[in-house]
Amino acid sequence: MKEVCFNIDGTKVTAPEGTTILEAAKGVGIDIPNLCYDSRVEPAGTCRMCVVQIEGRPGLTISCNTPVAEGMEVCTENAEIAAIRRTVLELILSDHRVACTSCDKDGACRLQDYAYRYQADEGRFGLPERRPVKPNYATNSEGILYDPDKCILCGLCVRYCEEVQKAEALTFAGRLGQIEVSTAFGMDLHESTCVLCGGCVEICPAGSMLDRAAIGKGREKDLTRTRTTCAYCGVGCQLDLLTDPKTGRIVKVTSEVGCIPNNGNMCVKGKFAMDFVGSDKRLTTPLIKRNGKFEEATWEEAIEFVAERLKQIRSEFGAESIAGLSSAKCTNEDNYVFQKFIRACIGTNNVDHCARLCHASTVAGLARAFGSGAMTNSIDEIKDAGCIFIIGSNTTEAHPVIGLYVKEGVMKNGAELLVADPRRIDLARFAKLYIAQKPGTDVALINAMMNVIISEEIYDKDFISERTEDFEKLKPILKDFTPEKAEAITTIPAEKIRAAARIYAKADTASIIYSMGITQHTTGTDNVLSLANLAMLTGNVGKASAGVNPLRGQNNVQGACDLGALPNVYPGYQSVEDSQLQTKFESAWEQKLSGRKGLTVVEMMHAIEEDKIKALYIMGENPALSDPNLNRTRKSLEKVDFLVSQDIFLSETAEYADVVLPSVCFAEKDGTFTNTERRVQRVRKAVTPPGQAQSDWEIICEVATKMGYPMAYGGADEIMDEIATVTPIYGGMSFERIDKVGLQWPCPDKEHPGTRFLHEGTFKRGKGKFHPVEYKNPDELPDENYPFVLTTGRQLYQFHTGTMTRKSPVINQVSPTGYVEIHTDDAAGLEISNGEKVEVITRRGKVTTLARVTGNIEKGWLFMPFHFREGPANMLTNDALDPTAKIPEFKVCAAAVNKMKQPV
Amino acid sequence: MAQENNILEQIVDRYDGEVGMLIPMMQDIQAEYGYLPPDQLHAMAKRLELPLSRLYAVATFYSSFRLAPKGAHDVTLCVGTVCYLKGSGAISEAICREFRVEPGGTTPDRLFTFQAVNCLGACAVAPVMIVDGKYYDGVTTASALEVISGLAKDEATVQNEGER
Repeated sequence: MKEVCFNIDGTKVTAPEGTTILEAAKGVGIDIPNLCYDSRVEPAGTCRMCVVQIEGRPGLTISCNTPVAEGMEVCTENAEIAAIRRTVLELILSDHRVACTSCDKDGACRLQDYAYRYQADEGRFGLPERRPVKPNYATNSEGILYDPDKCILCGLCVRYCEEVQKAEALTFAGRLGQIEVSTAFGMDLHESTCVLCGGCVEICPAGSMLDRAAIGKGREKDLTRTRTTCAYCGVGCQLDLLTDPKTGRIVKVTSEVGCIPNNGNMCVKGKFAMDFVGSDKRLTTPLIKRNGKFEEATWEEAIEFVAERLKQIRSEFGAESIAGLSSAKCTNEDNYVFQKFIRACIGTNNVDHCARLCHASTVAGLARAFGSGAMTNSIDEIKDAGCIFIIGSNTTEAHPVIGLYVKEGVMKNGAELLVADPRRIDLARFAKLYIAQKPGTDVALINAMMNVIISEEIYDKDFISERTEDFEKLKPILKDFTPEKAEAITTIPAEKIRAAARIYAKADTASIIYSMGITQHTTGTDNVLSLANLAMLTGNVGKASAGVNPLRGQNNVQGACDLGALPNVYPGYQSVEDSQLQTKFESAWEQKLSGRKGLTVVEMMHAIEEDKIKALYIMGENPALSDPNLNRTRKSLEKVDFLVSQDIFLSETAEYADVVLPSVCFAEKDGTFTNTERRVQRVRKAVTPPGQAQSDWEIICEVATKMGYPMAYGGADEIMDEIATVTPIYGGMSFERIDKVGLQWPCPDKEHPGTRFLHEGTFKRGKGKFHPVEYKNPDELPDENYPFVLTTGRQLYQFHTGTMTRKSPVINQVSPTGYVEIHTDDAAGLEISNGEKVEVITRRGKVTTLARVTGNIEKGWLFMPFHFREGPANMLTNDALDPTAKIPEFKVCAAAVNKMKQPV
Repeated sequence: MAQENNILEQIVDRYDGEVGMLIPMMQDIQAEYGYLPPDQLHAMAKRLELPLSRLYAVATFYSSFRLAPKGAHDVTLCVGTVCYLKGSGAISEAICREFRVEPGGTTPDRLFTFQAVNCLGACAVAPVMIVDGKYYDGVTTASALEVISGLAKDEATVQNEGER
């Protein structure tokens, strides 16, 4: 892009053509006052605060929407400009009820700052008349308050809602002096199309929109701000926790525009679901179960008890009879210490965590095809892709902030969006083409797309010959896989499959985004391999904005995998079966290690049934709600001789435990999380833990030491230093380096700048490998007794088993309980009406839930979110496993649904 | 409902479903129903794939759009400069107080819709009030209230006679 040279306040500046004066000035540290500008929305130029003087132009010019020009001489402040700004402010203040004395925004309010700076007289044009007090759209909202008396009608909230979030819930209603921000018909916010991202509150420059729960809990200037990484999904948003130093509680959550990766954007969970931190349900003291009842214990007693029992079981049944579940919620440091404890102290590789249930097939599939099982690109590359192919990811609900980048790519940059999902997810609104594949038929769809790409010769021959191997093996499988054949399997019309293939193959850069709709199948690894095939076939790997991008679910599931909380690899995906690596870790950890790979999550549960596992140590996981076929899982938890649950709440799983150890949550500890784009980011302590709760790694170290394997660290930073010495992909990581902005692995040494996208020039494994994949049916197909296909998934407002989100009043208001989605025609056939209680039955169990009758799912298919302990979807799901990755088939099973005979 | 949907379809078709013709479509809806029924706006937003908030913004921006049914009668009072100076502000307040109505709104019993407008072009005979197209000049608070009360009586008579 052409660079333009000009002058701001006597300083020579160059900026790309098209840059506005305001942005160019910002780039050189000159902050031009403004009340309606935000870099994330189109400039509106309505507040008139940003006026500047341009040499040779009459009058003043609005700087937020005027592009710089060659040789331009700009003056951003002089007496004339200051006088105009003062008048502008006085006019604005004639509409703004000045209530700084009781306003939360006091000290962090742009309007207040400018009024002070320009000494504006708020009464010059008369004080505003107070509007009659009447309910508005936010009156009943648990999250947000809107005070029209303070609203200066800058429009930022409306534009954010429309342009960034694209929820289009807010608008201006009325005209002249009566204008207010409103939803359609002033309907309650939580009943409108609002997604409660809180962007409107964040962007409001005048204290007209506020966090309802924070009102009166502390003025922003009095609160302590701690930058940390969100503890919900894998996006890794940078959040600022605002805490009251007097009470030590989180008052509200904000985020800074410009931060990586979320640019100040948040979702409802990051913004409004931190209540769990200060919840009175938090565990505060160790508990030991005696005679079937939990009794409080001291740390000394509890550690002693755990160490003794584990030692006893190990000497009686051997190290292989003990297994540990690490946690994708905990920090990298916690995970490293946990797997080291299991491997070096206990002496087994029986360590796994819930990544097994979400992306085990990704790790298995992408490692085979490319050599590395992680997102190939960075989050901010998505918006620049020519084509975005989303399959099996409800991005706007499960990874909302990545959803924003997808929408930006489509709406601002002209990306062509392809959406393949059994449900008409919200992103389908933005799609060039939406196709609904029958659950479990992804391989058929992708094979047929490749069939089209090969027969129409729109594949990348150069890429295939230079960068890949085994292409010849792929061809025979695809030869007969015509779109017509796929239509019979997937129910997608053949012409649409052709269209999808062309859109994907013809784009300059195409990015595949997928998640659990791909991975949670008995054919999960096959699905992932198919996507890898598709990407390699068209040369869409190894460059910016083109790749295969699994979106990781938990905040630190990437890190937990990276740090070896997996039964087959040490930290950094170094195989436990490689004797050289075993020796390396034996010398690093000064202990003999087992060279046999351990059991996976579901295998552990099944091994308990067979008396092979006697003790289970669970750190921050809740298998009693998250695992498939819950009746069977819960029987195992009941049966195992010794169960330790280390958690922040007495979860469904903890209730089965013999010992419960209270740990601290993300807001109470230092450490790091690795987000879905492989970025290692800081987690910082913002509040003190409740009661005697301790950080996970400290507890583990104490248990290990008590068992005779001394482990001790001076702090989380020391653990990271040790991680860097044994984990090549983390070799260059340190707390110091990632202090401001995280670093993306691979980062092998202290000078390495991190890696934005993988496989540039060469694949991790050398050449990309094609794997021919035959289509296989799901494990369980509908039949006469179970005529529906049941698929499960997530929703925006909840996270995983709800232990954290369900403590938030904002979330409870909009997502109080579970449901099953059923197509309108199916519901009519069964005489089921919307909101009615129904029974959903599979071969494994039966649950009662509410029917949600919708046109967004195809006939014959059902969908249930799995977050809810009442009516848990996982009572129904199938625990059949993918043979390679051992991931269970959460996404497909055969089910029946019945109207309840009588009211319950 | 089927028939109502049909009306909406006809209106949308009239403009080839052009989103840019939103305002004329809304005018046609209003011509059909006398106001903009919320369910029609919901259906229209869905049909045109527009956010409902945008239709609401348009509906509330233009004072000629109504979101509630009109009253049986129209009462328009001028509060332009001359009428105002001659006391129409007080008259407006009295009407609002007496009949529990706001300018632009309709009385709870739907007797009349009240508009306070900026000039009726009859300043020489200010203050001016129009009731169902009939001009009243030089009105006072008392005379205005009397005229409007007359509407209520007429309405009661009509209902008693069962002509409706």
